[in-house]
Amino acid sequence: MSWLLVVEQCLNGLQFGVMLFLMAAGLTLVFGIMNLVNLAHGSLYMVGAYLATAAFNWTGSFVAATLFALVATLAVGMVVEVVALRTLYERDHLDHVLATFGLILFFNEAVAIVWGRAALFTTVPRALSGQIELLPGLRYPAYRAVIILVGLAVALLLYVVVSRTRLGMLIRAGASNRTMAAALGVNIRLLYTIVFGFGAALAALGGLMAGPIYTVLPGMGEEILIQVFVVIVIGGIGSIRGALVGAVVVGMVDTLGRAFLKPMLSTVIGPSAADNAGPALASMLIYILMAAVLFFRPQGLFPAARG
Amino acid sequence: MRSRARALTLVAGFLVLGLAPVVAALMNQPFYLDLFRRIMIFAIAAVSLDLILGFGGMVSFGHAAYLGLGAYAVAIPAFYGIHSGFVQWPLAVGLSGLVALLIGTVSLRTSGVYFIMITLAFAQMLYYLGISINAWGADDGMRLARRSQFGGVIDLANPYVFYYVVFGLLVALLWLGHRLIHARFGTVIRATRSNEPRMRAIGFSTFRYKLAAFTIAGAVCGLAGALLTNQTEYLTPSYMHWTRSGDIMVMVILGGMGTLFGPVLGAVAFLLLEDILSAWTVHWQIVLGPLLVLVVLYARRGLYGLLPGGARHDG
Repeated sequence: MSWLLVVEQCLNGLQFGVMLFLMAAGLTLVFGIMNLVNLAHGSLYMVGAYLATAAFNWTGSFVAATLFALVATLAVGMVVEVVALRTLYERDHLDHVLATFGLILFFNEAVAIVWGRAALFTTVPRALSGQIELLPGLRYPAYRAVIILVGLAVALLLYVVVSRTRLGMLIRAGASNRTMAAALGVNIRLLYTIVFGFGAALAALGGLMAGPIYTVLPGMGEEILIQVFVVIVIGGIGSIRGALVGAVVVGMVDTLGRAFLKPMLSTVIGPSAADNAGPALASMLIYILMAAVLFFRPQGLFPAARG
Repeated sequence: MRSRARALTLVAGFLVLGLAPVVAALMNQPFYLDLFRRIMIFAIAAVSLDLILGFGGMVSFGHAAYLGLGAYAVAIPAFYGIHSGFVQWPLAVGLSGLVALLIGTVSLRTSGVYFIMITLAFAQMLYYLGISINAWGADDGMRLARRSQFGGVIDLANPYVFYYVVFGLLVALLWLGHRLIHARFGTVIRATRSNEPRMRAIGFSTFRYKLAAFTIAGAVCGLAGALLTNQTEYLTPSYMHWTRSGDIMVMVILGGMGTLFGPVLGAVAFLLLEDILSAWTVHWQIVLGPLLVLVVLYARRGLYGLLPGGARHDG
């Protein structure tokens, strides 16, 4: 295996990590601020992917499809928050889990009714379909490179918004003491709806970028959702920095494990045993990592300071 | 008065379950025998989850993992020609208990939302493990050549015999559960749910009690898994899929958590509802989902709370 392959797989890992981050950021914000466990976050990812795919096939413009999917999913998220989740904030986590489980069933079925159960295929926009030369001899798909850049830009933007703007100040105030913030005249209910909507839009961004490289099908959000849980548990719940670090670590470990574990094992235990053990072990790697992190740091790597 | 009314309702419920095969035979509708056996198998799984969820306050979202392990513990020996239930069933209980012990050791170090996510993640890990092992069927699963053999004493191939085996196990579980909940062990578990720091302060090692309860729940659910593969005569990794964990949890909540009979009621209601809705439309989940949200929002006590005299929380 050449070093070019290693670099390429590292970039793929980073790209996957960035996707995980887009999901994890919304989920961890919603949890950190509203104390809400939202299993339906994966459904918003799926909704974003479907809306973008439908809009792309309809208009032929990737930019228009992206804007449409972001705005529409933001609206869907806000509606869900107002209709179903708002009354749950005061309840315990078990209720959140059950209600959002119900939402998942609803969204998966709704998508299956509108677009069918079969996977949809969509293509990379033509402008990004080529490859770019990162280093002499190292060519990388432009689309994946753009995903990495978008993800890093979103991470920077989130950091600036949360720590430098008035909205971010309100968010932090609402997170640390809801009653006090409300007493000082902040419209907490509206703030929560906005935060949830933005979390939904982030999930949609992940979903719509995932569309052309993975398949778009009902239930696509759940697989990534559970990996995002691993990210959040490793990073520390409620911490955006933790989400970023956790996402990159999980993305790397998963991608590199899938790429190199089998060839590495086959030199140790022989190719036929590695054929079985390699993929099995690779699929368990991030969970083993999670268990190891928890064993030493039960609160994750960057526990958020919560009041 | 109220508790007598409830006792009568429960006895009536068990008479219905006990006599269902007779009715099914008279009506010549073997399908119902199958359906009610399936319901009771899931009732066993739901009761085992309620031991930790309702009584212990541990929101485990990975309970289907033990269902799957129990199923694998029957199907893998069968694949290698070992059909004896005396091997398969203890293996199912032992294996899922052991895995529950391991998962519990890691995940009980945390609590709250971490615990929910971690139990879910571990269950999903086992699911991915199941679908990646080609030798044991991977994605497609394996057909079970024959049901577990008990040396000619109990013939599970006879649907009526199998039905009463499941029924007997469910009744035994409820009786043992009742004993456990009211024993010292159960009291410690319930007290830990309501105030863990206080229990620690008066000298209980709550971690050990919780871990023991978690292990017992996993082992019992493994038995349900062994029954489930025998029921379907098929093994599929989807027994471990996380939506299955969600289903079992819904049964517990729907029926009434923190009670022993609630999960049984919940399993009956959930699977009958699934049966009725899926006969009506293939998109039945679009009805079930919102229904679930409504139950969570407005009917916290579950069905058991609706029974005459059922409002009290007890075993």
